[in-house]
Amino acid sequence: MAESESTVDNGVNVEALLGARAALTDAPEAAKFKWRATCEWKNGTHSNSTVEGYFGLGEEHKHRTTFSFDADHPETFASEDNGATPVEYVLVGLASCLTAGVAAIAQHRNIQLRSVTATIEGGMDLQGILGIDSDVRNGFDGIKVSYKIDADASDDDIKALVAQSQKRSAVYDIVTNPTNVTVEVN
Amino acid sequence: MPTITTVVIGAGHAGLAMSKCLADRSIDHVVIERGEVANSWRTERWDSLRLLTPNWQSRLPGYGYEGDDPDGYRTMPETFAFIDRYASVISAPVQTNTKVISVRNTDAGYLVATDQGDWQCRTVVLATGACNIPNIPAVADAVPSKIAMLTPVQYRNPDQLDDGGVLVVGASATGTQLAEEIHRSGRPVTLAAGEHIRVPRVYRGRDILWWMDVAGVHDERYDEIEDIVRARKVPSFQLVGSPQRETLDFNALTDIGVNLIGRFAGIRDGKGQFSGSLCNQCAMSDLKMNRLLGAFDEWATENGLDDEVEAPHRLPPTEVATLPPLSMDLSDGGIRTILWATGYRPDYSWLEVPVFDRKGRVRHDGGVVVDHPGMYLMGMQFLRRRKSALIDGAGDDARDLSDHLVSYLGGQAVSADRPNAGK
Repeated sequence: MAESESTVDNGVNVEALLGARAALTDAPEAAKFKWRATCEWKNGTHSNSTVEGYFGLGEEHKHRTTFSFDADHPETFASEDNGATPVEYVLVGLASCLTAGVAAIAQHRNIQLRSVTATIEGGMDLQGILGIDSDVRNGFDGIKVSYKIDADASDDDIKALVAQSQKRSAVYDIVTNPTNVTVEVN
Repeated sequence: MPTITTVVIGAGHAGLAMSKCLADRSIDHVVIERGEVANSWRTERWDSLRLLTPNWQSRLPGYGYEGDDPDGYRTMPETFAFIDRYASVISAPVQTNTKVISVRNTDAGYLVATDQGDWQCRTVVLATGACNIPNIPAVADAVPSKIAMLTPVQYRNPDQLDDGGVLVVGASATGTQLAEEIHRSGRPVTLAAGEHIRVPRVYRGRDILWWMDVAGVHDERYDEIEDIVRARKVPSFQLVGSPQRETLDFNALTDIGVNLIGRFAGIRDGKGQFSGSLCNQCAMSDLKMNRLLGAFDEWATENGLDDEVEAPHRLPPTEVATLPPLSMDLSDGGIRTILWATGYRPDYSWLEVPVFDRKGRVRHDGGVVVDHPGMYLMGMQFLRRRKSALIDGAGDDARDLSDHLVSYLGGQAVSADRPNAGK
């Protein structure tokens, strides 16, 4: 396996990731990160969020540019549809996290990817958020992700990639397990 | 104070295997045991437990199985009788009912203080086992007080439990065995499962642990494996040692009515919360099992065994609800007992030598304690080989580590310029 290593390139620097893993094992404090976003209300259900800085490896960092995200609700909800809905951002977060994981793990396992497409769908019963039925939850009643992957690997190896990606995914963990949320007003 | 070359702490299979190897190398030593020989097997296991390894697979230096049921699995009384007999066959210098109070380092090596007096020794072997203290996750603190909680160390049989529902947390060998036994006793069981490892008990007519042995998987070494930290934490196979040699996987459990649920993640407003990752955990487990069986098939073909064993086959995929429940009311009386089958850790409360990493594990290189020469570890998960924690794995580790110990003593005698130090 090792001799063909140089031919597989998914654009993931696995050596750097493994180096970081080794370094952070010895320096667990540096592994503590803080991810941040700022959200500003525009009008109606429309808001604009920006992502700029984060903390990690013991210091503040900045993204190359400030990223901006408009969120709104569609016209079905009598809104102006200035951006994706917040729940769609959750789907984007989950799908992109799993997909990044697939690429990194494929690189590590020496599997060349040719194409990876995820389709993600979250079911939701609006009786929850509209307060019609208190037995219905606000959030998704389930999320379905469907991958189409073209790669130099057997079906089982591809399935194993996707399974391992779920195991290592931050957003998958956030979505499948409870998280304490503290909201304060200053 | 008596002085001796080596003190071995713990007279289970690992300590005794080490004792035999030390005796073979003319190292004077004593084996200190807090209770009787094989104490943990005697006092900390549930009634119905049988070993997971077949009888033949308990080869110890100078000892092995000689009965007429090589493929059977020992009950606990048979297990401690087997280890007891080993102690007498090898005439191990065991001092029973001797509880270690502390181990400290001194200029001359180590001081082992016990409730029966102290020993000064140059080398010490920690063979007290990997399963002394049951792990209980922090979420246990939030469990409503009406619910009884216990661990596998306290559990003996279902009669101990109140009538009513039982939540078994953890799905390795312990969790799956106890889920089955308790459910069959008429107490409906919900089994909360995270990462787990599914295997058939018998594959192609042979015990799964026979395959692990002959195909060399049990012999894989700690310094040749990609991620040893992870390998040491892998949960035990879902296995039971029963006379029927049945497979104990989730399909077997759901067939008898056990309710499967995701990893126990938290408690909020009196409700238990369970991870939505169960489907992936099961998919992952099936993939891993098929990879392992595929490796055995390859090995069988390469070694010309295809005619000697049955044809390759695969188990049906794990059947799991697409949308298993994510929460469970813990205050409505449906669950009366929670059994934490969430693993064990060793007890080093008496070890007063700074040899620990930040997670409280002894830092060692294949059983050679890194920070304090002359100290050795035995019987831990993947200590030197995948089989290290098994009875069958103690022999090879004891041979390697006793060799190391002898050369350490030799080097020490020379460098310290103490001609008598080798004794």
